[in-house]
Amino acid sequence: MFNNLHHHLFLFGTMLLLWLLLSASVSPEELVTGLVSAALVSMLSAPYIDIFNGLRYTPMALISMIGYLGYFFYALIIANFDMARRVLSPSLPISPELVEVETSLTSKLGQMLLANSITLTPGTLSVELRHNKILVHWIAAPDDVDLASATRDIAAGFEKHISGFLK
Amino acid sequence: MRLAADLLILLGAIFCFLGALGLVRMPDTYNRIQAGTKAATLGSIAILLGVALLYPAWWSKLLCIGGFLLFTSPVSSSVLARAVYLSGKQPWRIPASEKAEVETSLSQTGETP
Repeated sequence: MFNNLHHHLFLFGTMLLLWLLLSASVSPEELVTGLVSAALVSMLSAPYIDIFNGLRYTPMALISMIGYLGYFFYALIIANFDMARRVLSPSLPISPELVEVETSLTSKLGQMLLANSITLTPGTLSVELRHNKILVHWIAAPDDVDLASATRDIAAGFEKHISGFLK
Repeated sequence: MRLAADLLILLGAIFCFLGALGLVRMPDTYNRIQAGTKAATLGSIAILLGVALLYPAWWSKLLCIGGFLLFTSPVSSSVLARAVYLSGKQPWRIPASEKAEVETSLSQTGETP
């Protein structure tokens, strides 16, 4: 387990942070319980720790993660107003199509994050993930859509941000 | 502060209502999932923000709930959509007779296809 020590430390930190947020106190008893539980969780999850393999542990990764969060919330808000407009328009302006997008992310975590992000952004819903292609339901697909243009329009923006902190 | 909180909760409720309206109006499963997921996510987050303004002591727990929602709601939607796709359902497409009409309304609303 010690060849994956950095992943365990990352998990430990995340669990401890979650504990602190949930307990909302730093009294010694709470803190000790939290430390023990976080250590226990990060040790017990050793068989599944490979999921973190794509993470980059560099200062730049933190910056691009913050950039990703900003981009994500912006896209989320746009997506909601876009959906509200479509639902409220009497003519229901949609032209749905299933399209494929390609991703250069190779880690499971990275692909999952990209698919999740696609689902929460304007007019797109991840349907299926095969190798490095994500099948996306696009609510307003243009007529002449192909792999390259769909990748550019749907995935490229997120991929640029995600690739900063995940492989 | 009270006013801002009430406004946020109202906004959240409106988005949740729009999600429900989308479920009724959309023509097929994929589109219904889309309408439901997006509106419900921002709706819930707006409500959580409003509650955080009303009860500032709860902010850390509300943050956890928000993060949990953001991670799980797209996963459940994608899994539903995948099940629909694997069962062989093709997405609804605009009938040819209505196609020209919809494209006009798309261009009017400033859509960039």
